[in-house]
Amino acid sequence: MKRVVLACEVNGARITAEVEPRTTLADFLRDALAFTSVHIGCGHGVCGACTVLVDGRTRRGCTTLAASAHGRRVETLEGLSDASDPVIAGLQRTFLDHGGLQCGFCTPGILLAARELLARQPAPDRAEIREALAGNICRCTGYGPIVDAIAAYVAEQAE
Amino acid sequence: MTGHPAPGLRWRRLLAGRGRYLADLAVKGAREAVFLRSPHAHADILSINVTAARDAPGIDAVFLHDDLSKVLKPWRGTHGLFPGMAAPEQSALAGKRVRHVGEPVAIVIGESRSACEDALELIDVDYEPLPAVGDIEAALAEDGVPIHAEAPGNVCLEAEKRSAGVDAAFAAAELVVEAEFCFGRHTGIPLEPRGLIAEYEPGEGSLTVHHSHQCPAAMQEAFAELLGLDAHRVRIVCPDVGGGFGIKQQVYADEMAVAAAARLLARPVRFVADRLESMASDIQARHHRVRGRLALDRAGRMLAMDADDIHAIGPYSQYPRSSAGEGRAVLSLTGAPYALDEAAARSRAVFTNMGMSGHYRGVGHPIATAVTEGLVDLAARQLGADPWDLRRRNFATYGKDCAPSALGVSFEHLPFAACIDVLEAHHPRDALHAWRGAARERGLLAGYGLAVFIEMTARGPAFYGDGNVRISTRDYCTLRLEPNGSIAGHASVTEQGQGVETGVAQIVAETVGVPLDKVRLVTGDTDSAGHGGGTWGSRSLAIGGSAGAEAARTLRAEIVEIAAGLLQRVPAELDIQDGEIVDQNGPSGLGLAEIATLAHFRPHELPGGCQPRLVASASFGPLDAPFRAGCGVQLSCVEVDPETGLVRPVRHAVAHYCGLVVNPLLVDGQFKGGVAQGLGAALTEELLYDSEGQLLTGSLAEYRVPMAVETPDITVHHVHLPGEDNPDREALPRYAGVGEAGTVGASAALLNAVNDALAPESAALWRIPASPQRVLAALDPEE
Ligand code: FES
Ligand code: FES
Repeated sequence: MKRVVLACEVNGARITAEVEPRTTLADFLRDALAFTSVHIGCGHGVCGACTVLVDGRTRRGCTTLAASAHGRRVETLEGLSDASDPVIAGLQRTFLDHGGLQCGFCTPGILLAARELLARQPAPDRAEIREALAGNICRCTGYGPIVDAIAAYVAEQAE
Repeated sequence: MTGHPAPGLRWRRLLAGRGRYLADLAVKGAREAVFLRSPHAHADILSINVTAARDAPGIDAVFLHDDLSKVLKPWRGTHGLFPGMAAPEQSALAGKRVRHVGEPVAIVIGESRSACEDALELIDVDYEPLPAVGDIEAALAEDGVPIHAEAPGNVCLEAEKRSAGVDAAFAAAELVVEAEFCFGRHTGIPLEPRGLIAEYEPGEGSLTVHHSHQCPAAMQEAFAELLGLDAHRVRIVCPDVGGGFGIKQQVYADEMAVAAAARLLARPVRFVADRLESMASDIQARHHRVRGRLALDRAGRMLAMDADDIHAIGPYSQYPRSSAGEGRAVLSLTGAPYALDEAAARSRAVFTNMGMSGHYRGVGHPIATAVTEGLVDLAARQLGADPWDLRRRNFATYGKDCAPSALGVSFEHLPFAACIDVLEAHHPRDALHAWRGAARERGLLAGYGLAVFIEMTARGPAFYGDGNVRISTRDYCTLRLEPNGSIAGHASVTEQGQGVETGVAQIVAETVGVPLDKVRLVTGDTDSAGHGGGTWGSRSLAIGGSAGAEAARTLRAEIVEIAAGLLQRVPAELDIQDGEIVDQNGPSGLGLAEIATLAHFRPHELPGGCQPRLVASASFGPLDAPFRAGCGVQLSCVEVDPETGLVRPVRHAVAHYCGLVVNPLLVDGQFKGGVAQGLGAALTEELLYDSEGQLLTGSLAEYRVPMAVETPDITVHHVHLPGEDNPDREALPRYAGVGEAGTVGASAALLNAVNDALAPESAALWRIPASPQRVLAALDPEE
């Protein structure tokens, strides 16, 4: 199959690769670059486990073609987890305290969705938090502890 | 330390995106497997042509039924306690006939998933479609299609329990309420799909399987048995597992095919299910239709209950546990929270051409609970009684010297009254009535529902063991004192996110007397842990925690004995606190690090000239006790839009008793997640098949699990009993499991809330999920 050239920035590093046109961004990040925080829960755009940032906005890696990231900036949770991102670091702490995860499979996507919400709306209420998670399935926690964790982070910031 | 919240020990890593799930493992040289699956629910396979696929680029092999049967036996999901059960032979790949949509027909092995998927297109199968059984009625129809010649009426198993005077009790009763309950077909949807990597080493006759699974030891037995290998040369390793819920508890045909292919090729073979094939091939459950009756006197005393259950399984009995489990729960739990004079329950599991059916969180408990609690509310409405009061006045008393339930099940003491009191104290009746009244003022239908539940957890060997099913009801733990004074070990409990590893480590840390971060347990590897049950039936913490406590006591005793020799004291005067040896005057100045250094590197300096062991193992499981039960009461509050039929759960609460609570954060997590799954089952989740057996809900867009906006806040209240440290039956764990309890009562409470909301309209609905269409139909039967 013919391949296309993909040049982009992934987690701060410049990448040039050849990919099949049908390769998804999620598969490219996982298989070629070993950024395995990008999880495949459904592969058809429903669960949000594959969430990544493209030019700073959340995208579903499973329904985004890798080739479409050409010339763009791509980030995964790995790239934000080295304490470089204070929002992610804070959320990681409150998720730990409030049991905002169990198996962890949904967690990278949920952290990125929460970070995007907080950039847009620094003081969301519980209903707004729930709405911001409308694209993310968590099958383990029943969501309440995730909402608690995000709300606790918001409360900390307000102090 | 136990009794206090502590985060899961894996969570820091998982929060950094550093989980290692099955699909993340790198195995050098691993080949990918994909399956050709049946598009028909029932068809004869006339011919299969795989020549072009075998020649396709990047393809190593395409195997069919006869290729695999050289190394892999077929199986039957029998159970020795039910000799009359029909358990037809199943094989990894369909041979001459397919019996459900999604049944594997061919396995393609190649260098990449995309190469294999391209090759799939080249396989040509000639099917001759047969009439299919696509629902419960069709399975039992007089002129129905038999799915197996050996089960002409499509009945897999019929079981019944009946107390002697049940018919007379119903005949004489002043009031009998009756309803038919229908339960949609559900599945668990662990967010990480199933998967495995199998590696066979011909030189050793050994098989290593990295497996996204709950029960590695059971899989060791199954792979060995079906592939004709020595079990002690089969190793199962579970990496991080992204949820299980019972779905990763069984033997799957496709997974067996992967192991057989790895054996034939002597190369590692990897299979990760995609979601579309999971929808058709993961275990499905809870598809029941139950006719239930409850007899009472006019004063509101419950007299007798009766349930007649039909349970639509798939085309085979699941292996190795069989398909007896859901019906057994109906036969054990119908009416169980209440003091009944008489009871009867009958359950028939019937074969269909729908997907394979088996154990999903709760295994039949949610069915028995919804039927029982629905009938209680129906009776309350007919009697004009309050649902709290009617329950309170009929609670059964169980425990030492008490009679078993009307269906003959013995329970230990279960504090139903304490649970309902705690629930009502937090959610007073008056406040609920005020909220309901205000919502009705706003033109909404609103209501609340209660559900009393029992969860039978931590089973002993009386079911699988006595039934000749090789499923362990024990767990195992080995602990070592490491040279740095910390405790490392292996346990046979397994982790899918629920936190049992953390709970066992807390118990070990507290029992030895060290901080939690001085304990490290490795789980999920059959090469290191002893043979144990893993995750099923809300057992892990209860049983695995008890094994951990026992091993920790033994290791602690040796450490104290060594310390006593060094300090020239008697062991009874010493204790270990925070990793230090203490006596009644406080720290002795001797810590575990010094003891360990001496014992490992200068053991000749230890007094008495004995060999330090520094390792202790224990295994634990209930012996004659059939299980350890927990119980509780759930409250659901819903608003129903009379225009759209949409049900919105606005609040949910649970008051429960589970013996000692080791880690409230994790226990609450189990309840909240379990309740959410029960609410999903009651509101939106349903696997729909048409009458031809075609799956209509083949993706997560159609099978709708709860999302954050649809899930209410769920509160959990723990009920403690004086003396709960000493259960009244010996050899029972001090903890009851909680993994399924949320799910067990949630659907029932929600369905009762919907009916409370519909009651002013004289409407009722006894079917889940309570979809908008069904609610509207209940409100306006004429439409
Ligand atoms: S894996 Fe991409 S949305 Fe589910
Ligand atoms: S923690 Fe398991 S899916 Fe969210």
